Amino acid sequence: MTVKLVYFAWVRERIGKSEEDLDLPADVVTVNDLLAHLTTLGEEYENALQFPDVIRVAINQEHAEHDEPIAGAREIGIFPPMTGG
Amino acid sequence: MTAPTIRVQSADFDLQTEMSALTAGRKNIGAVVTFTGLCRDEQGALSALELEHYPGMAEAEMLRIGELAIERFSLLGLTAIHRYGKIMPGENIVLVIATAPHRQTAFDGANFVMDFLKTSAPFWKKEHAADGAEGDWIAAKDADDTARDKWR
Repeated sequence: MTVKLVYFAWVRERIGKSEEDLDLPADVVTVNDLLAHLTTLGEEYENALQFPDVIRVAINQEHAEHDEPIAGAREIGIFPPMTGG
Repeated sequence: MTAPTIRVQSADFDLQTEMSALTAGRKNIGAVVTFTGLCRDEQGALSALELEHYPGMAEAEMLRIGELAIERFSLLGLTAIHRYGKIMPGENIVLVIATAPHRQTAFDGANFVMDFLKTSAPFWKKEHAADGAEGDWIAAKDADDTARDKWR
């Protein structure tokens, strides 16, 4: 499955890019699996995602829990807790 | 049901213009509550805030929050505008206007929208220090989560 990943704020800065298209292995089923998979892609990903509990994820621009499946996702956003308002 | 007016923009907004748009020609509104969030200079330590957002999702999430507020508090109208980009101390960041027949639901509606905007709308603030150095990303506050959770 190929999915577009978009990164924001310090997640974007640490990974060093704002978006990428990624081909995911079949055993990446949930958001948790995705975050674990990304940390294997290099030091910059490890640095950005070393505390997965604080990372927020959106599937197709809607907030998603970490145990949610990512099947059908076209775009997955990965970012820190929000600080707007 | 009324649809909320949602905007995400780099340009400033005008409170009076936005309020008039909600109230013009209407005779059933008894209360208008407006909230404006401004950029503070943190006792001179800050020269600007950089507001980053998730284009598309920011609007979608604000719309979801606005629709929830209109339904829950039977609001007659709701406007929420959030700016992005570099914002100087004293400038506007966010505007929420809620209209209702009576004051309590207008107050609660605006309060609800702000509590959810802060915790669910995909915006992030980065500080620029007064000496020009790029500062840190502002950390999310537990108090904001607590404020949101009181609406459960």
